[in-house]
Formats: sequence, C-alpha cells, structure tokens
Amino acid sequence: MNLLPCTIYLSFAGALLSLLAGLRSAATARWVALLCAVGGWAITLYAACGFTPSSEVVPLVDVPWIAQLGIHYHLAVDGISLTLVVLTGLAATAGVLFSWNIEERTGEFFAFYLALIGGVYGVFLSADAFLFFVFYEIAIVPKYFLIANWGSTNREYGAMKLALYSFAGSALVLAGLLWIYAAGHASGFSLWELAQAAAATSRHEQLAIFALLFTGFAVLAGMFPFHTWAPTGHVAAPTGASMLLAGVVMKLGAYGCLRVAMSLVPLGLDFWQPVIAWLAVAGILYAGLVALVQEDFKFVIGYSSVSHMGFVLLGLAVANPTAVAGAVLQMFSHGVIAGLLFAVVGRMVYERTHTRQLSELRKLPLHRLMPFAAVVFVIAGLASMGMPGFSGFPAELTILIGTWQMSLAWSICAAIGVLIAAAFTLRVMQVSFFGQAGNAGTNQSAPEDHSAHHFDPISWPEKTGAFLLLGATVLIGLKPDLLLDWIVPSLHSPLMQAIWHGGGR
Amino acid sequence: MNYHYALLFRAMLPEITLVAGALLVLAYDLIVGRRHSLAERQSASLWLGAIALSAAFVDAATVGALGPVYGDHLRLDLLAVAGRGGVIVLGLLTLGLTAGTKPVRHPAEYVAIMLFAVTGFTLMAAAHHLLIAFLALELASLCLYVLAGFDKDRRESAEAGLKYFLLGAMATAFLLFGFSLIYGVTGELDLSRIAYVLARGQMSPLLAIALAMVVLAFGFKAAAAPFHLWAPDAYQGAPTSSAALIASASKLAGFVFFFRLLWPGLGPLAGDVSSPGNTGGWMTLVALLAGASLLLGNLGALAQTNLRRLLAYSAIAHTGAMLLGVIGAEVAGPGPLFFYVATYGVATAGAFGVIAVLESHGGCQKITDLAGLSRRSPLLAGCLAIFVLSLAGIPPLAGFFGKFAVFAAALKVGGLAGPAGWLTMLAIALSAVALYYYLIVLKQALVAAPAPGNSSQIRVPFMAGFTLLVAAGMIFAFGLFPSLLLGLF
Repeated sequence: MNLLPCTIYLSFAGALLSLLAGLRSAATARWVALLCAVGGWAITLYAACGFTPSSEVVPLVDVPWIAQLGIHYHLAVDGISLTLVVLTGLAATAGVLFSWNIEERTGEFFAFYLALIGGVYGVFLSADAFLFFVFYEIAIVPKYFLIANWGSTNREYGAMKLALYSFAGSALVLAGLLWIYAAGHASGFSLWELAQAAAATSRHEQLAIFALLFTGFAVLAGMFPFHTWAPTGHVAAPTGASMLLAGVVMKLGAYGCLRVAMSLVPLGLDFWQPVIAWLAVAGILYAGLVALVQEDFKFVIGYSSVSHMGFVLLGLAVANPTAVAGAVLQMFSHGVIAGLLFAVVGRMVYERTHTRQLSELRKLPLHRLMPFAAVVFVIAGLASMGMPGFSGFPAELTILIGTWQMSLAWSICAAIGVLIAAAFTLRVMQVSFFGQAGNAGTNQSAPEDHSAHHFDPISWPEKTGAFLLLGATVLIGLKPDLLLDWIVPSLHSPLMQAIWHGGGR
Repeated sequence: MNYHYALLFRAMLPEITLVAGALLVLAYDLIVGRRHSLAERQSASLWLGAIALSAAFVDAATVGALGPVYGDHLRLDLLAVAGRGGVIVLGLLTLGLTAGTKPVRHPAEYVAIMLFAVTGFTLMAAAHHLLIAFLALELASLCLYVLAGFDKDRRESAEAGLKYFLLGAMATAFLLFGFSLIYGVTGELDLSRIAYVLARGQMSPLLAIALAMVVLAFGFKAAAAPFHLWAPDAYQGAPTSSAALIASASKLAGFVFFFRLLWPGLGPLAGDVSSPGNTGGWMTLVALLAGASLLLGNLGALAQTNLRRLLAYSAIAHTGAMLLGVIGAEVAGPGPLFFYVATYGVATAGAFGVIAVLESHGGCQKITDLAGLSRRSPLLAGCLAIFVLSLAGIPPLAGFFGKFAVFAAALKVGGLAGPAGWLTMLAIALSAVALYYYLIVLKQALVAAPAPGNSSQIRVPFMAGFTLLVAAGMIFAFGLFPSLLLGLF
C-alpha cells in the first residue's frame, strides 16, 4: 500500500530516463517506457492485493509542503482512487505497447507520455486540493505536445483546442478553489478543511462555487456542450495518446467532479442536479446520434467516448450510492474499452491501411485481411454496446438502476442511449470490417486483387496489449464485485456522506 | 539626530562593492584590455562584473536585516534583504546571458553601466526616504536608458533608447511632482513619518493629485497599461541582455520600492477595494491599472508575430498580476508579490537569454524563427519550454505558485464582493488566453520543423548554457519548494 506514491515518482523518473534513453536508440526508450509503465501497474496491483475495503481513506504520505499557505503534500487512497490507479496502470501499459511503432523522436514521445501518466497517478492519489490541482495541470501540457508532434489529421488544431479547453476548465477549478479558500477563511487546502470552509459560505456562494468547480472538471469529462475538444483531440492524437485521453484523462475530470466538486459543495449539487443530469443525458443522446453519421472511423469512437462518459456524469449527477458506484465502475470499464477501440482503429487499422474513411474501408475485406483486428473489434464493440459478460454491462446497468430510483425520464433517455450505442457500434463494425462481405455474391465477376493489399502482420506488442485489455473487460464483466467491493465502502467515507445527505433525496 | 557612519558603511557594503567593481571593470579594460580582442575584453569584463556581483550578494546576505539605518533613511528589513539579493541574482543572470551574445562595441562600459544599474536597484530595495528613493530610481533608470540604446550600430536600438528615455523622463517628472506634493502636504520625506502624518489627516484634493501622479509615474516605469506603449519598442530594439535587465531586475526593484512607498508610506490613503462604491485612495488607481494591464497585455499578445514584442505584452500582462499582488499585500504582506516578481524575473530573463543565443545564430525576431529549435539545440528548446511554461503558470514551475499565491492573497481582500475579487477572476480567466500565445511560441520551438537553410546545430556558449541551466533549475526549485522564498518573510 505504501508503495503507491512510487507510481508517481516512477513515472516521472521514467519520463526523464526514456528521454535520455532516446538519445541512444529508439528501442531502449521503448523498453524503458514499458518497464516503467509495467512497474507502475505492478505497484498498483500489489497495493490492490493488500487493500482491505473500508470507508476509511488510507493515508500514504502527509508532510507539510508550503507552510505559509497550509498546503500539505498529502497522498491518500480509498477504493475509488484504487480502482482508477489500477486502470491507469493498465491503460499506461497497453498504451506503451500500442505506441511501439513510434520511430520519430521516440525518447521524447515516451517522456511526454510518462509525464502525463505521472500527473494522472498524482491526481488520483491526492488528498490535498492544491496538490490535486498541481497534478491536474501537469497533465495538460504533455497532451498538447503528444498530439501536436506525433498526431495525425489536423493535429495542431486538435492539440491546441484540447489544451485550451483543459486549461480553461482548470482555470474555473482554480477560481472555485481559491474562492472557497478566501471566502471560507480556510487555513489550508486539504479536502476536509475546504469542505468545512465551503460549508461556512453563504448558499448563493456555494451554488456559484459548485458551478465553477463542476463545470471546470466536467469540461475534461466531456460534458455536453463542452465536449467538442474530445472528438477532435482523440482523432488527432497518436494511438497511445488517444488511449490515454479517452481511457484515463477524461476520468480525471469525472473524478474531480466527484472528489472535489460534489464532496466539497454538496449543497450546490442539490441545486444543479437537474441541469447536470439533463446535460449528461443530452450528451449521451447527442454524441450517440452524431457518432451514427460519422464518416471517419476514429470520429465514431471519439463520439462514442463522449456518449459513454455521459453515463458517468449521469451516474454522478443522480448522486445516490448505487448510481455513483456504477459511475466509478463505468469509468473503469470505459477506460478499458475505449482504449481497446482506439487501439484497433488507430494502430491496427489506420497504421496499415492509412485511411480511416469508412467509404474506403468498406472496399477492403478487412475481416479477411486482418482477422485478429476484426475479432478484437467485434469483442470490444460488444463490450461497448453493454453486452452481458463484459464490463460495460454491470456498469451501465448499475447506473440505470440508480437513475431509475431518482427519475424515470432520465433513465428512459439513458436507456435509449444504450440502443443508439448499439446502433452506431454495429454500423461501424459492419461497414469497416465486413463491408465487402454483404455484396460478395453480386461482385464475383469484379477483379478482386487482395494481394495488392498486403498488410504487416499484427505484431506481438499489439497482441499483448489487446489481450490485456480484453482480459480486463471480461474479468470485470464476469465479476464486477472485484471492483464494487472496493468502491462501495468508500462511498460511505465522511466526505462522501455529505453528498448523499445534500444531494440524494 | 545621531548618525552612525560605521553602521551606514556596513549597510551600504553591497552598493560599495558594486561601484568599486564597476570602476575596476573600467580600469582593467583601460589598462589591460587595449591589447586584447573585443571578445577577450568582453569576457574579462563579464568575469570581473560577475565577481563584483557575487561579492555584493555575499555582502547583502551577511549584512542581513539591520533595521533602520542612518536615521531611517534606509530600512534594511527582510524585504530589503530579499530585494537586494533578488536584484543581484537577476543581474548575475543577465550578465551570464550577455556571454552568449555578440560582443558589443564597448564591453567594459556595458558591464560597468549594468553594475551601476544594479546599484540603483539595490538602493531602491532599501530606500525608506523619498529623496533617496528618487535618486536610486533615477540612477537605475538613466543606466537603463543607456543600456537600451547601447547598440550604436542598429537604428532600432537607438529608437528603443530614445523612446524609453523620453517616456521615462516624463514619468520621472510626474513622480517628482507627486513627491513634492506629498512633501508639501505632510512636511516629511521619511516614509514612516509620512504615514504618521497622513494617518491623522484627511484625504485632500492635493493628496489625491499626488497619489495620481505617483501611481501614474509608476505605471509608466513598470509598463502598466495604458502607459505601456514604450515597452514593446524598447524590448524589441534594445540589446537582448539590456531588455532582460529591464524586464527582470528593474521590475523587481521597482515593485519592492512601490510596495514600500504605498503600504508603509501611503498606507493610510490606501482606500478600500473590497467592495464596489468604496472608491478613493490609491488602491482604486492600482486596481484600474491592473485590470487594464491584464486585458491589454493578454489580448495584445495574441496579435504579436515578433517574439520580443510578445514577451513585452506578456510583461504588461504580468505587471497587471503584480499590481494585483500589491493590492493583495494588504492581507498577505509582500511575500506573494515578491515571489511572483522574482520568479517572473528569472523566467523572463531566461527567455531573453535563449533569444540572445539565437541572435548570434541567424537572428531571432519573429516567433517563426524558433522553428525546429528542439532539433537544432535540445538544450535551448528545453530551457525555453521551462521559462515559457513558467510564464504561463504551469505547475510545478515557479510561475504557477506565484500566480496562485498572488491570487489567493488578492481574493482575501474582501472576497468576490469587490473589485479585487473581480480582478482576480479576470486574471484567472485571462490565464487561459495567455496559455494560447505561450503555446504558439512553444509550438514553433518544439513541434515545427526547422526552416529550410536554417537547420544547422546551434553551439551554445558554455557560460550562456550554464546560466540558462541555473535559471531553469531555479524555476524548478522555487516551484517545488516555494517556501524557500516565501519563508524569508
């Protein structure tokens, strides 16, 4: 357990090491990055094995940092953050594996990549709002360079848009935190102190503070109508970065909403609940419908991410223990599944066919040319649709049950969202991988020269990464209790209690 | 009154060292330098100057906080010690960066004038008397005018020097007018006695004019909007290391003095900006300047294509935040303000240092001249990234914590109910705008491919590289351990 902070240090040290290793050779940098990512993941798994679920927050490190402002270097972990650090380790490892083909400035790529990972670990483990914010902002800059340097379509635009959206969001968060600190006369920035300070402010102030904090974080979680950075950013990013962006970075936003906005200002949640829930529902439906008509394979996945994150936000907005537990489970599940989908689209398909246009992919019999990719995508697609047996099913089901207790309208709309998700997933699956299969009979006479499309075989890092992610989604699909046993007790910690009393009726 | 000359001598040791060092630089160049090439003369002058500055730093540190000196004409409190140390370190950085540039025509004079300027700065940091403060400010300003126009081969440098001089001289006139009015009303020149007299009097129209004059003059000197127009031209035309000194050490000395003048001196006339409608007092003026600078600096920077002009507009924006720090000093003391200005100085001096090195490798005026820097020189690109990200306020760099501390202090002045709080929110919102133009710079340096025909490797001179690394290290150290600086107060 006490090793968990090392995930942060290991990632930042790994960033430096892979930068240096990149000066020698690309292969060294790759292996260094892989070792660091696997090392971090191993630490999280080891910690998970020794974790006894309880409502207590387990302190890891707590030393005074900036005495003048009462800021502590305070790391702690509970079931929710443990779920997410395990996800981070998994996504980081898989992401390195799917970035194995980066040849240009490899050292720098993995340096930015691991710096981002380090920031993400830091956010999930922070128990001091200032520290939380520091790590949150550390994670912004590497994203920009990952996309702008190694991205594809429209990368500079996508990178800048993403960086500015994230930074504008974090500016709102900063404003909210400072407001609590100043108006509530807090003596420090620990979440507990800030919660008390927030309670000391007037009702109107609390409503405004909650709006600032929640909006700021929700931008990163892809809340409608602030989601537009997500599809463009995901599409422009290199595969490994897309996997991280959709897999863990969007979770930073959702985690911030839960850990900071909701638990500090439960009164605000009570007031804004309908607005957030409707926005979340709008996001689920709108992004799903948009995904239905995309012509770019990766845009479909990008919008599907926004749609699935809508479920997370809905679960948070409903604010009863069932829905929130479902939301956290959905964060894990979506992290794995989105990573898998982006890996298939960005790495396996795009790097070989050099096109993501569905109209062109339709002409290729991809299911025969790349059977492995097709199988992985079909399984991932099923998981993404929320089929039983995969992690998406228990997650979305729990959220829907929780929502049902609160409002029938929201849960019906969200259920329609599940149907739309099935529709766009099946459509893109059919068009991209089985485009030729349907009219094979009528097209017999046309000269089909498949040998012209010779693609490199799927390499071992891709297979390993795919198996890891598939394993995770199936494991959680079959045994969601593994995670729910960690998550549910944490929902009854003193800070979280406030949410149910203020927000859940 | 009982004057202790021995104590005065001890208190003035840093200044004496600096002046002696400046004279030594001149003498050495006159006697020995004639037989050597320009480059050798430059490096000898720089070494002597660096030694003088280091000795002055040791002096300033060992003299420590003596309290009132020479009948309270100088006040050597912790702020003065920190201010002196800060300007000397920034002077050292600037000197180290000069090593990376082409030798100027009169290197010894250049270094000597720099040392005189730093003398002015250290005096400003300690002055507790209107006349001494004025003399110190003018010593520093006159040196800076000369430094701005030092490159006699370039018209732009002459333009920069002239513009800076004309507007600076006007500002001086305003300042002196303000000082004379204050003296006329209170009959005192010593800051604490001015405060004593003011505390028992009322605000009068005469005092209001005096305050307006002082704040306005300071707005000119610190390049706060709407008195900022000289800054882009001066930054663009001046020799790079002069621009670095103007942007860093002179800002720090200026704000230390301004803080001392406004809070311990004119504190009774501060007024109140914690709620709207409560106008009157200099806080309102400072708040207006801060708001204008934040808006104009950040929005103006968006339109720049010239890197130095961009840094100038960013400096204007940062001046706005520093003025916010002056307001926040009401509740938090000078700590956050000092931290902000000092770390801003390091970052901006470092950014100019990178420009200085590039200057001798094909020039660096446009932002696009940075294209491909990461391939041409990873060291320069890495350092530039650290400096620019610190200016943008990205953790864990020092600029972030400076911003954070200043905003936290300013928000405590009445929360969001008044102009101070609104300005803070404006500043936070504009920091997102600022990230855009800083990222534009970094995009050229770290992402864009080198321009054709301009892709040769850059050899960074040892001293310049070393200075840049030290500056980058300071940015990291103060960002990770802000208490190193904040703990001084």
